Amino acid sequence: MSAIETDIGLRRGSFSLSANFSAGPGITVLTGPSGSGKSTVASAVAGLVTPERGRIAVNGETLFDSGRKIDLPASRRRIGYVLQDAMLFPHLSVRGNLTYSRRPGELSLERVTDILGIGHLLDRKPASLSGGERQRVAIGRALLSGPSLLIMDEPLANLDAARRAELLPFIETLRDSLGLPVLYITHSWPEIIRIADTVVLMEQGAVRAAAPLQTVLTAADDGVRHLVPDGSVIEATPTAGDVDGLCRFETPAGPLFLPRASSSGARIRLFIDAHDVAIALEAPRGVSVQNVLGGTIGTMTILDESHMELLLELAGNQVIRARITRHAGAQLGLRPGMTVFALIKSVSFDRRLQFRGME
Amino acid sequence: MPLLTPFETEALLLSLKVAVAAVACSLPIAIAVAWLLARKEFPGKSLVNALVHLPLVVPPVVIGYLLLVTLGRRGIVGAWLDETFGIVIAFTWIAAAVASGVMAFPLMVRAIRLSIEAVDTRLESVARTLGASHARVLLTVTLPLTLPGIVAGIALAFARCLGEFGATITFASNIPGVSRTLPLALYTALNMPGGEANALRLVVLSLVLAFLALAISELMARRVTRMVTGIG
Repeated sequence: MSAIETDIGLRRGSFSLSANFSAGPGITVLTGPSGSGKSTVASAVAGLVTPERGRIAVNGETLFDSGRKIDLPASRRRIGYVLQDAMLFPHLSVRGNLTYSRRPGELSLERVTDILGIGHLLDRKPASLSGGERQRVAIGRALLSGPSLLIMDEPLANLDAARRAELLPFIETLRDSLGLPVLYITHSWPEIIRIADTVVLMEQGAVRAAAPLQTVLTAADDGVRHLVPDGSVIEATPTAGDVDGLCRFETPAGPLFLPRASSSGARIRLFIDAHDVAIALEAPRGVSVQNVLGGTIGTMTILDESHMELLLELAGNQVIRARITRHAGAQLGLRPGMTVFALIKSVSFDRRLQFRGME
Repeated sequence: MPLLTPFETEALLLSLKVAVAAVACSLPIAIAVAWLLARKEFPGKSLVNALVHLPLVVPPVVIGYLLLVTLGRRGIVGAWLDETFGIVIAFTWIAAAVASGVMAFPLMVRAIRLSIEAVDTRLESVARTLGASHARVLLTVTLPLTLPGIVAGIALAFARCLGEFGATITFASNIPGVSRTLPLALYTALNMPGGEANALRLVVLSLVLAFLALAISELMARRVTRMVTGIG
């Protein structure tokens, strides 16, 4: 069952929006350039903006259906809404904010303050909180309204990198421990790469793509290429024991040796920039690049007069992108279906998207 | 020797009574009108806006005359009130209260409207998503956050009521103990031969009253702002 099904249209002056996508459970990221209609979609799902036509359903429950004249008011939609500015009620204490909703939910105040680590703030006023604390209280307030979906509109945009790094695990907890679907709006690809299950790409009021993260990144579609970073993602699990300061990460496409990202054995996503992937026809020897994965060439796309991009199909159904010069492609005689080796010069991982050379 | 003469005490108490009644009765209407003007779009909005601001731009005597024409004993509404309930407003202290209430109304609406407009509508939206009805949003979010503006509006309107002259003398006349408020008493004193000394005392009394009102409203405003924002 889809967590969110949206097929709506509306017009605001010269701006027209037509958004059709559905997304499974987990974290669905809405992204795209400013003015592409992301926040309007979120407002429509929350019931704060009424579309002219269409249908919105969350967890199978119809919230809006212009054909059947259904338009549930925002107060009865059970959708938690967290904005960029935490929008705490300034005249209420943290406790007053958290307990504002009178709707019974499954979560208790104690559980929520525990998860978010805000128990010591209960008697404070919002004005005395830091940005990160405010945002955590805003998330807690939304959780305590018994939501069936949580909408987060750029919740981390006003925070510095350290606070962002601190808050992302909380958002993952909502999905992993509470099983709450999240509709997450952001511009930030490091955030998307870290948390997205489904990515919805929007541009000029229309949905250009809606698919799992890996699919969106590797879809060789000219219509979306400019909306995504030049690279691909592989999921990897670090194994115990370092060799010469490098950790062995198991991926479906084979092992990679990288500096250790985190102490835990949790699965992480590695972002591989297409420019950092070189191609060899034979298993290379005598090069400093340590990470070599074998695969076959899928599609080849000419990008401009000097560059081309390859999609490499690796073991375990993994696909990575490689950007090389057309000159190199011609010299090697590359064509689709050829068996080649991908030399991965660097990989970035974790929330800060740090690039770490690993030759 | 008492500080004030009976004549002065009477005018002072009457002024306070008239101002308190005028502000208390017009406050709920002013909040409603301010909210409509700040948050709603409806046909004839600019007409309502102009009507509310009328007392600011026309001479008070005109307002007093219009009140007499409508609420006076032979006025359209006044005659009906007299026949149905036996209520006569004109030339009573209630007339003085109505006159100053109408004159102060635009000031009160302006202060409250600005304050409502300053409340971030996203706070109201969030409250809606948390399950609050429109009425609960108004009572628990919009109005509490508007409180500083409401206090400012009350202070402005109260001061305006204390000083009201033209509309009052037209609609309520200048009857001792009924409609002779401080400004009217001052006017009466000035018109009496050798009344300068009395007039001076009334001037001082008016000044003291005005400063007191200002000081109290300033204190209230600070407390309310601290309560609402947690800062200050």
